[in-house]
Amino acid sequence: MTETWIIIGASSAMARALARASAKRSATLVLCGRDTEDLERDAADLRLRGAMTVDVIAYDTRKPDADAAIVRRAEAIGGAFNVAVFAGSMPPQEAVEADPDLLAGVVQDNFTAAGTLLLRLAPMMEARGAGAIVGVASVAGDRGRLGNYAYGAAKAGFATLLSGLRNRLGRSGVHVVTVKPGFVDTAMTWGLDGMFLVAPPEKVADDILTAVRRKRNVIYTPWFWAGIMGIIRTVPEPIFKKLKI
Amino acid sequence: MSLNSAPYTGWGRVLSADAGRARPEKTAALQRHLAETPGPALGGLRSYGDAALSGLRAAVDMTRLDRMLAFDPQTGVLEAEAGVRLSDILEHMAPRGWMPAVMPGTGRVTLGGAIAADVHGKNHHQMGSFGQHVESIRLLDAEGQARDLSETEGPDLFRATMGGMGLTGVIESAHIRLAPCPSGTVEVQERRIPDLDSYLEAFAASKAPFQVGWIDATATGTALGRGILEEASFSSPGAPFVPPSRASTVPIDAPGFLLAGPVVRAFNNRYYRRVPAAGRTRTRPLAAFLFPLDSISGWNRLYGKRGFHQFQCVLPPDAAPTTLRTMLTEIGSSGLAAPLAVLKRMGPGHAGPLSFPMEGYTLAVDFPNKPAAEALVARLIDQTAEAGGRIYLAKDSLAQARHIEIMYPELDSFRDIIRRADPDGVFETDLARRLALRGTA
Repeated sequence: MTETWIIIGASSAMARALARASAKRSATLVLCGRDTEDLERDAADLRLRGAMTVDVIAYDTRKPDADAAIVRRAEAIGGAFNVAVFAGSMPPQEAVEADPDLLAGVVQDNFTAAGTLLLRLAPMMEARGAGAIVGVASVAGDRGRLGNYAYGAAKAGFATLLSGLRNRLGRSGVHVVTVKPGFVDTAMTWGLDGMFLVAPPEKVADDILTAVRRKRNVIYTPWFWAGIMGIIRTVPEPIFKKLKI
Repeated sequence: MSLNSAPYTGWGRVLSADAGRARPEKTAALQRHLAETPGPALGGLRSYGDAALSGLRAAVDMTRLDRMLAFDPQTGVLEAEAGVRLSDILEHMAPRGWMPAVMPGTGRVTLGGAIAADVHGKNHHQMGSFGQHVESIRLLDAEGQARDLSETEGPDLFRATMGGMGLTGVIESAHIRLAPCPSGTVEVQERRIPDLDSYLEAFAASKAPFQVGWIDATATGTALGRGILEEASFSSPGAPFVPPSRASTVPIDAPGFLLAGPVVRAFNNRYYRRVPAAGRTRTRPLAAFLFPLDSISGWNRLYGKRGFHQFQCVLPPDAAPTTLRTMLTEIGSSGLAAPLAVLKRMGPGHAGPLSFPMEGYTLAVDFPNKPAAEALVARLIDQTAEAGGRIYLAKDSLAQARHIEIMYPELDSFRDIIRRADPDGVFETDLARRLALRGTA
């Protein structure tokens, strides 16, 4: 039997790349996102690229009842399944500073929505005793930086939740991978200043699938971000607070 | 939608534009963007000059709208978004026994770009141009409104879009008729051709479905026009399709001395002798045969940081022998040509009023960018016009409006159509401005 992937935030470029890489291996795919009309186009494409079956489910991080359909779909899957969470949002830091009410939305999109859904799916995965969760956090979550600390804080929360889920679910054979992408060539980074060493989404998807296969716990992608963030994490706070990075 | 304001270039890397690029990843985002800030589309940026460049309005990068939408195995018709690369279509359709009927020399071209340039391939004499295999297109106008066009629905605008260099609107998706792909490999016969006359005779006599000739553009005297003719046909059915392995990348701009006259001459000499005097036949993977240079990602950097020009013309059969002789003599004595030069037979097939293909012979030669090379290409363009030939808009960066008026007899009717389809000229590219493709009125 081939693998099944439930992909949350399936319209994102990274998610699309992961779905295409899995389709090549005849996976069953469940695409969850807001623009279902557009996701139907992805579904058609993925079938032509080799996917066994592809379903589309409407999902919106701002509508909590969106979880129900995904949970029902997961229940219908006979055996183990994988979940990958790509949903998230990154408003400009200055916008959040000008209107602090935006912070709640950032936390909802990057932490609460994904965390809630994973907590709902966890018992089912535990019962089946196999499968994997891939959570996309961010290098921005490793340290609060001037440029995007609101987004970074939400992603840091998500990374901690994933770490806890790994601790809990590992006991019943479910593996959790935390993915921390650096700069990836997506709609989120298109045209932003200060981008360097931008990775294609296909590279990230490859790294994710390798990490799942090798049961890695936390990966940076591309790999050199582990080194970059290693340095950034070790800068002492008295110095770090004066840096503009 | 946010714009990437970094300057971008065509494949030749001589000309650039910096009016920004949007890159929608969803259909709705594309339509929204066009309604707010209409501009021309760009694809794989494999045209050489300014065909994909827009220096006035932000362009729309279509490469993220690259989904195959439907395939009918009974008829072989594929519906796909304009941003999908032809190599991608080949990789997924060849195992089903189908392939795009016409393939240019690189698979990195997008479907939309292939339609907009009405590209041709090594099988043009039998299969015609890309646009002749397009069943219908969905074209977005300056308001982002979609219109489905075909030979029966809006035929004038449909045909003008084939080879229309993107000036009729933004191609969102298309239905194309694929051709049977009986095998994943081809039998390639290579043989040395000693001079130009023998070359033209060999092309005239060849019955092979795929034909392409490498030509030594540095050869002079009795060796003028020598080269290696490749003729190919499908292997017997059953050989599996082999997707190309990951391309190696050219990491830096190559230094200029690599393409100095004597170096190229020595290289070409060895390249000519690579094939044994008696010729040889090899079985090659289909993709590797169709896209010989795609195994080196960014090969255009081998021409150095100043970039390069490609001159490509097609000459009518009666004028071809003398004009090719004149051109090759001048190119050979200039010492300016790069190793990459191609001679091909062309059939009459073309799909639109601004399509490049016409019956005759097509010559393509690369020149590293320098003033002497630009002057030489300008003379070659004049000679093309005098001989009743054409230059390929997807390759050009040096022609002038007066040349195009002579070379493209249907230019006036094309102008009428795009003035109606795009009255404000929002889809006008740098190429269209340079060559006054919309007219001077």
